[in-house]
Amino acid sequence: MTTIIEKSGKPTATTPRSTSVAADQVRFPTLHHIFALTKRGLLKTMRTPEALIDVTIQPIIFLLLFTYLFGGAMMGSTADYLQFLLPGIYVQSILFSAVAIGVNLNQDVTKGVTDRFRSLPISRSAPLIGAVTSDVLRYLVLSASLLITGFIMGFRVETSIWAMFGAVALAIGFSLCLCWVSVFVGMLARSPGAVQGILFLAIFPLTFGSNVFVQTDTMPGWLQAFVKVNPATSLADATRGLLSGGPVASPLLYCLLWMAGLLAVFFPLAVRAYRRRV
Amino acid sequence: MNTTSTDLAIDAQGLTKRFGDTQALAGIDLSARRGTVLGVLGPNGAGKTTAVRILATLLRPDSGTARIHGFDVQKQATQVRQNIGLTGQYASVDEDLTGMENLILIGQLLNLRTSAARTRANELLSWFDLTAAAGRPAKTYSGGMRRRLDLAASLVGRPSVIFLDEPTTGLDPSKREEMWDVVRSLVDDGSTVLLTTQYLDEAEALADDISVIDHGRVIASGTPDELKRVVGGQTLLVRPTDLDNVPQVTEILARIAGEQPASTRTGVLQVGVKDDAAMHTLVTELALARISVTELSLRLPSLDEVFFALTGKPTGSADITEGDAA
Ligand SMILES: Nc1ncnc2c1ncn2[C@@H]1O[C@H](COP(=O)(O)OP(=O)(O)O)[C@@H](O)[C@H]1O
Ligand SMILES: [Mg+2]
Repeated sequence: MTTIIEKSGKPTATTPRSTSVAADQVRFPTLHHIFALTKRGLLKTMRTPEALIDVTIQPIIFLLLFTYLFGGAMMGSTADYLQFLLPGIYVQSILFSAVAIGVNLNQDVTKGVTDRFRSLPISRSAPLIGAVTSDVLRYLVLSASLLITGFIMGFRVETSIWAMFGAVALAIGFSLCLCWVSVFVGMLARSPGAVQGILFLAIFPLTFGSNVFVQTDTMPGWLQAFVKVNPATSLADATRGLLSGGPVASPLLYCLLWMAGLLAVFFPLAVRAYRRRV
Repeated sequence: MNTTSTDLAIDAQGLTKRFGDTQALAGIDLSARRGTVLGVLGPNGAGKTTAVRILATLLRPDSGTARIHGFDVQKQATQVRQNIGLTGQYASVDEDLTGMENLILIGQLLNLRTSAARTRANELLSWFDLTAAAGRPAKTYSGGMRRRLDLAASLVGRPSVIFLDEPTTGLDPSKREEMWDVVRSLVDDGSTVLLTTQYLDEAEALADDISVIDHGRVIASGTPDELKRVVGGQTLLVRPTDLDNVPQVTEILARIAGEQPASTRTGVLQVGVKDDAAMHTLVTELALARISVTELSLRLPSLDEVFFALTGKPTGSADITEGDAA
């Protein structure tokens, strides 16, 4: 039988209907939403050790390990190799970090967080924009931690401070084009684990089949052919040019073409997949 | 019921939805008056979650229309979202964020300034006994805590229509009672609640109106009492204090009901009757005969019996397939 339980003086869920709701409301709702969702992305990165390690410790470990392990063998001196390697590790980290956004968005769908967002009166694209924005901030952290470690190890920017900022801008611009591949896969794959698996399948050959670690002219001809068309190579070359001097224009142009291509193909695909799943 | 459409907080007509070969909804109507609880009762796979997701703007129906406070769920989704709170069948909180961060995020997404969102979060955390756990990531919460946080998240915006999809499935009995109290106080505050459940006692305890659904169709709807009447009359139950009076009471009952009463336990007599006038007659007759009784009641059939009568199957046995891909 139904027993009516008298509620004691507990505050209730829906009362008091706030009289000052209007005063509590923000002026630019969509910006406010994106800010809140960006902050969420950053909090998640800080809470998930793997995600934080991806953009901090992992690139540093690669840098230390490769420099001191292979430096002597590769170029006779660790200092010279560091100068060559750091832009390469930068590119590698950028590629590896692209996985996170797809995994995170997929997790939101599979864990029902997306449903919660969709039941709220917010723009449908706000969670996606928030994810991209927090990604950019992660890349800034990555850039800072890698460059600072490099400086401590003896890396020198041989161009100018502006060229260095240019290199950072290029890296982040490249990530912003690449992230749509990750979003696309994230919206198609069934589970976060599958997203990671599929993306690494593409990222591994791109990273290691490039001149990120080794100069192209030391490789056999067939491999050189692949390495030369690989966007990771052109990004690494352009970054080297910007940080250590050397040709910039041609690798930069080639890199920008790749970025435009990635954007043209994967941005529409990703947005369509996102709209279907979110 | 002579309700005009504006009295209806929830008004769905002819909703259908097909997933591949599965006809999840085969044309269902659901409606709830403002400030009432609509219980949607059905076994696993009946289409409850699908219906809720359509009403909460998460899923488009193949055909049919649904309105929340007069706003069309497809054409006026934003207005609908301003009025609803959804607690899905599975908790949808961000497990990496703390309870507090989760609620502040929702508040911010509902256009509250961060300080106001924090105030509201504190209010809800304390109401749901989560204050002590407010600073811990939600992944460390127990199932019951997570569910409370999820419910709190759906109340941040003080919605006037609240969807609760199987809010007590998997909770232990005491937690279930707590959840029932929450639902009651939401209604006391004037909210309309649509609650899905597989438990008959839950629908009976909370709902003003019940729609029984099975295989994507409404197979019966009405108040709990109306539903029970559909299935059969009431049962008059008497237990005389003195066992020596049993034959005399049997005779009185037989006269009133026009059929021989059954005695289920020693000294307990029961017989089906057409209407509650039988109760008055019985009381008068017992008084005249100076027979005292320890138990006297007019009982409606249980909802279990209702479901059995409506579907020919006992509840729960119908298609127990975990089909919640969504
Ligand atoms: N996304 C989906 N894809 C395929 N089938 C689904 C999907 N969602 C629900 N179904 C099917 O639709 C039917 C109704 O499901 P649901 O609404 O979840 O029922 P309930 O919530 O009453 O258990 C079930 O047979 C289920 O398997
Ligand atoms: Mg369900």
